[in-house]
Amino acid sequence: MEAVLLRARGLPESRTIATYLAAGGYEGLKKALTMAPDAVTKEVLDSELRGRGGAGFPTGRKWSFVPKDHPGPRYLICNADESEPGTFKDREIIEHDPHQVVEGTAIASYAIRANTAYIYIRGEFVRWTRILEEAIEEARKGGFLGKNILGSGFDLDVWVHRGAGAYICGEETALLESLEGKRGFPRLKPPFPAVVGAFGKPTVVNNVETLACVPHIMTRGAPWFASIGRPRNTGPKLFCVSGHVNRPGVYELPLGVTFREIIEEHAGGIRGGRKLKAYFPGGTSAPIMTAAEVDVQADFDACAQAGTMLGSGGIIVLDETVDMVEVCANVAHFYAHESCGQCTPCREGADWCMDILDRMVEGHGRPADPETLLRICRFSSNGMTICPLGDAYALPISSIVNKFREEFDRRIETGSPLPQKKLPVLPWTGPRPGFGV
Amino acid sequence: MSTRPIVAASPDSIAAVTLDARMEERITELLRRYPTTRAAILPVLWLCQERYGWISPGVMRAVASRLGESPAFVEGVVSFYTMYHTRPPARYVLQVCTTLSCAYCGGRALVEHLKGRLGIGFGEKTPDGEFQLMAVQCLGACGDAPVVQINDDYYENLDVTSLDKVLDELAARR
Repeated sequence: MEAVLLRARGLPESRTIATYLAAGGYEGLKKALTMAPDAVTKEVLDSELRGRGGAGFPTGRKWSFVPKDHPGPRYLICNADESEPGTFKDREIIEHDPHQVVEGTAIASYAIRANTAYIYIRGEFVRWTRILEEAIEEARKGGFLGKNILGSGFDLDVWVHRGAGAYICGEETALLESLEGKRGFPRLKPPFPAVVGAFGKPTVVNNVETLACVPHIMTRGAPWFASIGRPRNTGPKLFCVSGHVNRPGVYELPLGVTFREIIEEHAGGIRGGRKLKAYFPGGTSAPIMTAAEVDVQADFDACAQAGTMLGSGGIIVLDETVDMVEVCANVAHFYAHESCGQCTPCREGADWCMDILDRMVEGHGRPADPETLLRICRFSSNGMTICPLGDAYALPISSIVNKFREEFDRRIETGSPLPQKKLPVLPWTGPRPGFGV
Repeated sequence: MSTRPIVAASPDSIAAVTLDARMEERITELLRRYPTTRAAILPVLWLCQERYGWISPGVMRAVASRLGESPAFVEGVVSFYTMYHTRPPARYVLQVCTTLSCAYCGGRALVEHLKGRLGIGFGEKTPDGEFQLMAVQCLGACGDAPVVQINDDYYENLDVTSLDKVLDELAARR
């Protein structure tokens, strides 16, 4: 496949507006400004572009939810809070081609009639904050941002807003809270951000990669975009491959290639000639897949059908030498640290899982541990928490326990359970009226 | 959830700092970007961390009074995020990624080496105030694992030798 989002990677001075313009940059914005905003939304809807941040929600539909008759300001937010373990694609886009993001942000803002846009970037990305700010300044000088853009009468200011270290702020409502200067606590939905978002106004939050696709849809048309990939799973996608592969990195491929092709051909197979044991298909929030499940197609629907999710496209490859109890403990550490603390099932559950798994790794597993882990996970998933972080730790942990149960049992058999200091409090296993678990 | 200890602050760090004209100018510029003053808390805290090195109780009070918030609200915000230093940091803060890809691609060896070389554990500073070691979660550079962030900069694809070289260079820098 020809490179679309990564076409500038490797070009000299690929970040500058001159290089971007020479490659046909800002033509998408020019075209969009000659159309009605709703026609721009329609074009994106027809392209069947789905959000690249993790949820895979159709982007055009998200835009169309913004109330047309709202009198006050609206906001567009570009989500560059890339923090899902295994994901490093947005950084790649910003590093090589930040103007794609700026142009996509401008087109999306025009489509929803927003005059202010914020790019929320994670606090650790100091270098990439500067790159974006330079690109915005160049675009402003070139007349692509600011007042009366290209004589169209459309005004747009874009600001970069830097986070300060919190995974949860990648969740769109937590991001809005953080943007408003508060602790990053996710909000209850509804109301959805399209109706009540940043500063109480209609707001659309889109991922960096999603917005980077938009200029290409405008210049080359929705049918071209929809011709890449599979029906309902269209367009190019950046896959981040990390872990035990020979060539880790970001690969741009059409949606629908198999994970086998990505891992074996593009990423050069497993390091040291070893065998694949398992992989996370879309960041560690996605249920784990075993080596036997490597022929699944990498797109939203095929992954859902296989009981996992494409998420952000962060593929973490694990070879046969890894111990799955340790992998599980590592994952639990991440979510225990990143839970915002609002909801009990997530705050306590992730911590509890981490404690159990650390104890197992230390060789003090108890026979009831795997079932306890599964019960904690059951109590934290499927809408038991305000935001999906409850599922984000429950799905990988329960899938690792279920798919690699024999490793957990072996670890318990060969270990030495510590004498329990007090009587164990056994979780209730009977019916729970009203909770559905 | 990250919970951080409340630091017993020295008297001079409790007194509200005075934001000088240059800071004031930058804060005014920041405030233009947002419809509410509260939204400027994070960027103003960043400005203060750049300027004063850390977010002391006095800085929190100054930010609160400048933006019309209570000091408790600002402290609540500061304590939620992991990147604001609530005690004076070392000259170089080493943030070692401990999440999956880094852990399995050499990160654990780096941690062992760093602890040995610096003689400190996670969350500690060397006695000379040069280096501080922190374990952090995913830095978003998994393809170039293992990764260490030193102050604002990413150092990627590290091994013990290359990390040693980086540390030697930093220690020699004046």
